[in-house]
Amino acid sequence: MRKNLFVAGLLAAASVLPFALPSYAVFQATMVIAYALALLGLNLLTGFNGQISLGHGAFFALGAYVAAMLMEQAGWPYWATLPAAALTGGVVGYLFGLPALKLDGIYLALATFALGVATPQLLKYKGFEAWTGGSQGLVLMKPEAPFDLPLDADQWLYFFSLAVALVLFAAARNLLRGGVGLSLVAVRDHAIAAQAMGVDNARVKTLTFGISALYTSVGGALSAIVVQFVAPDSFSVFLSITLLVGAVVGGLSSLSGALYGALFIQFVPQLAEQVSKAAPWAVYGAILLALMLVWPTGVAGGAARIQTWMNTRSKS
Amino acid sequence: MNAFFAQLMAGLATGGIYASLALALVMIYRSTHHLNFAQGEMAMFSTFIASMLITAGWPYWAAFFATVTIAFAMGAGIEAVLVRRLRNAPVLAIVVVFVALLVILHSLAGWLFGYAIRPFPSPFAEAAVAGGLLSPHQLGAIGVTLLMLALMYVFFRYSPLGLQMRATAENPTSSRLVGVRVNRMLALGWGLAGAIGAVAGMMIAPVVFLDVHMMSGVLLYAFAAAVLGGIGSAPGAVIGGFIVGVLENLLGTYVVGAELKLSVALVLIIVVLVAKPSGLFGKAVVARV
Amino acid sequence: MSETLLDVRGLEAGYGAGRVLFGIDLQVAAGSVTALLGANGAGKTTTLRALCGLIRRQGRVTLAGQRIEGMATEEIVRLGVAHVPDGRGTFTGLTTEENLRMGACTRRDKAGVREDFERFYEYFPRLKERRQQQAGLLSGGEQQMLAIARALMLRPRLLLMDEPSFGLAPKVVHDIFRIMRRVREEQKVAILLVEQNASLALELADTAYLLETGRIALAGPAASVRSNKAVRAAYLGGTA
Repeated sequence: MRKNLFVAGLLAAASVLPFALPSYAVFQATMVIAYALALLGLNLLTGFNGQISLGHGAFFALGAYVAAMLMEQAGWPYWATLPAAALTGGVVGYLFGLPALKLDGIYLALATFALGVATPQLLKYKGFEAWTGGSQGLVLMKPEAPFDLPLDADQWLYFFSLAVALVLFAAARNLLRGGVGLSLVAVRDHAIAAQAMGVDNARVKTLTFGISALYTSVGGALSAIVVQFVAPDSFSVFLSITLLVGAVVGGLSSLSGALYGALFIQFVPQLAEQVSKAAPWAVYGAILLALMLVWPTGVAGGAARIQTWMNTRSKS
Repeated sequence: MNAFFAQLMAGLATGGIYASLALALVMIYRSTHHLNFAQGEMAMFSTFIASMLITAGWPYWAAFFATVTIAFAMGAGIEAVLVRRLRNAPVLAIVVVFVALLVILHSLAGWLFGYAIRPFPSPFAEAAVAGGLLSPHQLGAIGVTLLMLALMYVFFRYSPLGLQMRATAENPTSSRLVGVRVNRMLALGWGLAGAIGAVAGMMIAPVVFLDVHMMSGVLLYAFAAAVLGGIGSAPGAVIGGFIVGVLENLLGTYVVGAELKLSVALVLIIVVLVAKPSGLFGKAVVARV
Repeated sequence: MSETLLDVRGLEAGYGAGRVLFGIDLQVAAGSVTALLGANGAGKTTTLRALCGLIRRQGRVTLAGQRIEGMATEEIVRLGVAHVPDGRGTFTGLTTEENLRMGACTRRDKAGVREDFERFYEYFPRLKERRQQQAGLLSGGEQQMLAIARALMLRPRLLLMDEPSFGLAPKVVHDIFRIMRRVREEQKVAILLVEQNASLALELADTAYLLETGRIALAGPAASVRSNKAVRAAYLGGTA
């Protein structure tokens, strides 16, 4: 009951936000939503299913570029690019999941790391230049609110993204609660036992890769629409690392962790940059270390612990 | 045909560079069974230290050996303070810690040394050599790589310490049971890897110029080289390095274009890991059930 | 009357939150064979692990007058305690000979090590045959022999053996125990032998302890333990 109240309160606050804040803050809030979706994808794969990815920036880039190319080169409306990004992400993720089946733990980390490092080059490839805009990238038009609603572009985008995110989060929740979700976790925790109980490990793992990439691609697509710009160098391996940081800090095996992590990666670098150009990454690194060594469950885990602690206190 | 040959030689030259960093990766793997994602940044950081010393007036070789020693100490220190705590940690924690290390070293270098690109001297004199296809530095770098390979090979195969390190990586508990001071072995492995990485960095910097991003791409090629050669094999890493260098150059020039060179490494890594994980020369260890 | 080499008082140990040993007292005299018997789960392996520091333990453990209960495994080993663990603990990726060299890695006397190589190749001719082979390819019995030889390469004062007969065919077990008898005679090393096969152990041992759910239930000279009615009934296949 308490949890539902909390969520309802959160939603209410979220709905009021864009009217209370200046445009730039609304833009940032929308970016948080985009990142949250991206992190949800990564959480599903790495947290719930145990497959480590150091290359999710590639799927983020994929979604961003699909959206950008469809809008700029093919004239699609912005909202139609989301399903396209989702589909592309899902298929590419699934295909990547196939060879990934044979890669365990750290070797999968290596392969995805390679993917993350190679992404900017792939995006700059001269053969695709006509579509991708090469090193210059693509500039997009910001969509206006439809039906003459009394919202400015930033506010409209915010609500649009929020709606998309709510739907996708709900879908993820249902997925995890159902049989598929149990299989996901079972494969992570006890692959052999899962197989013995009839779970098709290979299928679960590749599907999870696909779904994970799908979510991250949608996040990427949203971010492209919001930022109105895509260029290869924004999608370097450091983006993949940023996503990993967000997932770990927020809390890997939890849906709410995606939100906490998104808040972290959106705002902490900005604050840190005021100290020095090098500071954001130093902060990331230091926090990652602290978490791994001291508090592995991240913010969501901490929140859960505080919750349990509060529960036990109220009972005594 | 001349152009092709020139590309081949250029590939061997870059391959030698990849091989030297790959040797550091192999050293870490052989002593701890870890893949160190931060190896490139460690090498970059050490090279900056060398640069500082040289700028301060130290003669090249004095700076070289001082840097190697400092890099050894740094590597051993990182192991003692960080990696040691990961003894029984899940793979994810280990990967995250290495990534954190990568990121911290990267930003630390930026903060301490700035983001401007700077040149780095080569110790190999500007004499005309080998038909002019390879510069003195390229030849010298290859020579240094081969020397490190020889030392590593002899060390692991024939020295008692090398045997202890191999045993420790494979089975730390059994190693304790024969009296091996496991902590020292692990620190030694990381220290040696740090030293090798420093040498690699100092061989690479004259070619690509020194800046904080120097190693990002090289690390990937080095991993490809190590994986191709067999992650536990030093000779394999070197041969892998040459192959990767040549492939990258030839494919980059004749097939996929210069922009997709990193993708060559990506594809290579995936193909090798999926098709033949032990690489060309790695031992597939058989355990009798 | 030989002096006490290993003196254990009130040893407690366990894994995580669970306690397995609840205060063990035992002594091993120099050069003698002491058997530690008990059923599965009694805590025999835990005792050996606790003695060489592989798990957290409490209590007093003295080796030739020196307190070792707080020391790290590798330091205890360097005092002359060799452990042949359950599961053999072979370095499967190294060759047979490399395994043996690892056993001697803390020794400084090269001549003595060479001598020991020859001696143990004589004890275990099969190991000599397979000395360049990867140890993981040896059969179970050969790996057990390798584990014993490796432990002996330390020239230990005390040899801890954990279930040497486990999973081996009777003939192989017989060979191994024959070798252990020989070792005991020629090497003058004290042996603390954990065995489920009570009759074999009692044949070899001078003293015996019976462990039941983490406590010593019976202790004494091997002969008297062997003739104890309850022991015969439970561990030696009935009265005879």
